Amino acid sequence: MASDTRTHDVRDELVVVPLSHPWRWISGAVIVLVIAGLGWAMSEARIQWEDVPGFFTHPVMLEGLLNTIVLAVAAQGGAIVLGVVVALMRLSANPVARWFAVGYIWLFRGLPVLLQILIWFNLALVFEDISIPMLFSVPTNVVMTAFVAALLGLGLNESAYMAEIVRAGLSSVDEGQTEAAKSIGMTPMTTLRRVVLPQAMRVIIPPTGNNFINMIKGTSMASVIAFTELIHAANNISSRNLEIMETLFAAAAWYLVMVSVASIGQHYLERAYGPR
Amino acid sequence: MALVEAIGVRKSFGHTEVLKGIDLEVERGEVVCLLGPSGAGKSTFLRCVNHLETIDAGRIWVDGVPVGFRSANGKLHELREREAAHQRRDVGMVFQRFNLFPHRTALENIMEGPVQVLGRGRAEVRAEALALLERVGLAEKAGAHPAQLSGGQQQRVAIARALAMKPKLMLFDEPTSALDPELVGEVLDVMTSLARDGMTMIVVTHEIGFARSVADRVVFLVDGAVVETGTPADVLDNPQQPRTQQFLAKVL
Repeated sequence: MASDTRTHDVRDELVVVPLSHPWRWISGAVIVLVIAGLGWAMSEARIQWEDVPGFFTHPVMLEGLLNTIVLAVAAQGGAIVLGVVVALMRLSANPVARWFAVGYIWLFRGLPVLLQILIWFNLALVFEDISIPMLFSVPTNVVMTAFVAALLGLGLNESAYMAEIVRAGLSSVDEGQTEAAKSIGMTPMTTLRRVVLPQAMRVIIPPTGNNFINMIKGTSMASVIAFTELIHAANNISSRNLEIMETLFAAAAWYLVMVSVASIGQHYLERAYGPR
Repeated sequence: MALVEAIGVRKSFGHTEVLKGIDLEVERGEVVCLLGPSGAGKSTFLRCVNHLETIDAGRIWVDGVPVGFRSANGKLHELREREAAHQRRDVGMVFQRFNLFPHRTALENIMEGPVQVLGRGRAEVRAEALALLERVGLAEKAGAHPAQLSGGQQQRVAIARALAMKPKLMLFDEPTSALDPELVGEVLDVMTSLARDGMTMIVVTHEIGFARSVADRVVFLVDGAVVETGTPADVLDNPQQPRTQQFLAKVL
């Protein structure tokens, strides 16, 4: 009765062999082995692991941490404000403003941050005073502390990137939005504040969060001008006890903590401005 | 004096002259439909009335005020964008693509103008905005974001948003052209009731049926010039110009 077989469930008669994935098992095993090997190597290394927590909470390290946070936040905050201004100039109807913005981005994005920090820090070599004639004058080496030099070097470089990010964000908002705002009598400033910027934020926030994470790590370059950020703090501690790797690991842990916090913050910001 | 008076309005984009001297008067409470083939300059003219485009020659007055200018000492001074914004308060506009603010709810879209532009209190504006939503039949959608609304619902919110400014004049730029056919009616119904309430309206549309039943006057544009104008009965049922006859033969 050949027709009967059709009413049976085919699985009753034929055994199904699931697809096997041998390479998944092999590659997984390789990865686990590599990690275990690295862990074993670390435990065998001549590192005083028990000293690391002490360096993590060492007063000098905490001072470096605070300085790192202040520098990163100040540089990023300034860069955002400057970036918005430069982006608006870049999009303005005034050709001089447009050219200035293009040149600004070209210069501050084009030079290495380390070079910019060194130039600001050594400014006193070429300008004795910083002054606007008849208004004020101050000696350059009084103003240009390590913090200020690092702030300018990091912040101006970042502002060039922020200008491009903000410009991309503003350009992403449909022209119809501006026209609708105009049609209910909104001024250009109100339109920017209430209609264009809130929508541009969706495009602006992800790369800005990314850049801020870069900024946190970029503050380490201020160590070359003896600003006491995390790495300089680690060096200060290890110069006394020669536990170089232990102090660097403690600094590394702080970077990971800061970056993790920044990532979480970015996640919530993105959600707040995300699509509805 | 008519509410809208346009004399010899010209406008070019690059080397293309889109408006070649348009004359038009719209009386208070009048509904004027602009008809014509695409590229005739209907939308451009409408945008000029609201100063979204600057005209190259001619003059447009809305309620006796020259659009885009301030007259002082016998001269017309071009307005700054901030001053132009002030002029636009009195003119509502509805766009083909709705252009609701996607980051705000329907209610917030309607409140935005009165609160941010006129600086009025949120509480009273809120009450008015809810009444406007009721009027366009969307009272239950106050908290919805534009993305959650159909095209027809979005366009009705957009009409309410324009009405919230209590305009003297409403401009409609092909308000149903981006809608699915079955959603066109709900928008036209709102516009019809608005016309019945005495709102002065200039409507760029391809809805001949709407023009016939609601318009007081129909203006037929071709290639940036007025070809024929008159009551719907005159222009739609008894067109005198060959170009009008040609167009109507195709769309009717």
